[in-house]
Amino acid sequence: MATTRHRRLMRGGLALLAALWAASPHAAQRAPLPAPAGATACSGCHAPAGNGPVPGLAGRPAAEIADAMAAFRNGERPATVMDRIAKGFSDEEARAIAEWIAAGP
Amino acid sequence: MAGLATGAAALAAPRVLAQAPPHVAVVGGGFAGASAARALKRQGADIRVTLVEPKARYTACPFSNAVLAGLRDLDAQYFGYDGMKRDGIDVVAASATAIDAEARRLRLDDGSGLAFDRLILAPGIDLMLDAIPGYGASGAEVMPHAWQAGEQTALLRRQLEAMDDGGLVVIAAPANPFRCPPGPYERASLVAHYLKAHKPRSKLLILDAKDSFSKQRLFEEAWEQLYPGLIEWVSLSFGGRVTEVDAATKTLTTEFGSHQAAVANVIPPQRAGAIAAAAGVADRTGWCPIDSVTFESRLRPGIHVIGDAAIAGAMPKSAFSANAQAKACAAAVATLLAGGQPAAPKLINTCYSLAAPDYGISIAGVYEPREGLLAEVAGAGGVSPLDASADVRASEAAYAEAWFDTITGEVFG
Repeated sequence: MATTRHRRLMRGGLALLAALWAASPHAAQRAPLPAPAGATACSGCHAPAGNGPVPGLAGRPAAEIADAMAAFRNGERPATVMDRIAKGFSDEEARAIAEWIAAGP
Repeated sequence: MAGLATGAAALAAPRVLAQAPPHVAVVGGGFAGASAARALKRQGADIRVTLVEPKARYTACPFSNAVLAGLRDLDAQYFGYDGMKRDGIDVVAASATAIDAEARRLRLDDGSGLAFDRLILAPGIDLMLDAIPGYGASGAEVMPHAWQAGEQTALLRRQLEAMDDGGLVVIAAPANPFRCPPGPYERASLVAHYLKAHKPRSKLLILDAKDSFSKQRLFEEAWEQLYPGLIEWVSLSFGGRVTEVDAATKTLTTEFGSHQAAVANVIPPQRAGAIAAAAGVADRTGWCPIDSVTFESRLRPGIHVIGDAAIAGAMPKSAFSANAQAKACAAAVATLLAGGQPAAPKLINTCYSLAAPDYGISIAGVYEPREGLLAEVAGAGGVSPLDASADVRASEAAYAEAWFDTITGEVFG
């Protein structure tokens, strides 16, 4: 009886350790990053691998995405809607989004 | 033993232990609800998700105007929930009939109940069929609204096909706010496209309950170029508001006179889907006030409202908005369930309209919480340029199609 109870407590203890470990900053690096403001809206148009004329974003380096956002914002890169959307994000916000996308699956 | 028992109590105290994962119920399987269910399931945390939706398939409104014009099959608008089930979402084919926010429980029309830790309500719109005297449910069978896609879309299409050349098509457009602000004008454009090709002596009249509309200058430019003399828009100030209809004769009466239509499309005023009022989350406007960070109801804590039913400040009632709100809401709900404080979101809307199959125009906006409302980020967003080349219009039409394919793949695929 005591042994069964002890085992149950051990399992509980291990579960707690696992929960604490999962919540630690160390483990968080491998868990999906919390999406920065605005990041989840991109997939409304951008399928991971692209779709027809709309390019995909999966697998692109963060710098490429951040640079594109900057070029859309200052008008260097011609666009139909991305120029209007990019103007809603600062360099810092665009970089955070780019890093989140680049870290994605 | 006593020591061990105390230890067990201490160990059992944190919520993460021994308890089942939190449960989120999502009511409504349209763009908002289906996006939210999926986003919750995919964002990593262990959350049980139930999607409550009575219909076996969803009929998408975006691109249903192309169905009216004979450019697209209605079958292309249907989407099922098998993808949700594959993701591990429990799909319950029933209607929610009552929601008790305090007890965190909802009742279904099959008599069963469902407990939840948080609820995401995405009921879409209810059409106020009785708001226009003479209309009502029977009027809608003669003068279809086609503002919830499906049989109504098919009916309006059949009427347009059966109409003689030279007939008058009337579209009655509602006052703000309503689902899909550019929708009536895209509809006018694509119906005109059909009339021009098949019934060129016909005319199209828009009777409007407002004095301006979304993408107005772009639509007017397109109408002048593509359908000169075919479309006439009557604003509120010029007697556009329909005050009464007679379904038997398809007559629409305004403050300034009456119009007899060969085909009449009456788009009535709207409010949040009926369950919103039943749950106590709709205010006197008929829509649902929400917190601009978490989308939690300002009237009933524990219930979050997204999509067309929500008062989302400057964000229009569109499928794109619904999808963006759903993903932001799902992240906020997951954070709240984990005991955290959700960060302020930033949201995007992009709405395409077709003035012709190869002529697309768009409006875009970026939004963030400001003084409790979702406000537009200054300097961003806006509409497509006037006087753009045919190439630009054609590329926006192609982007429109790609958008629909992508978003329906993300939500239902």
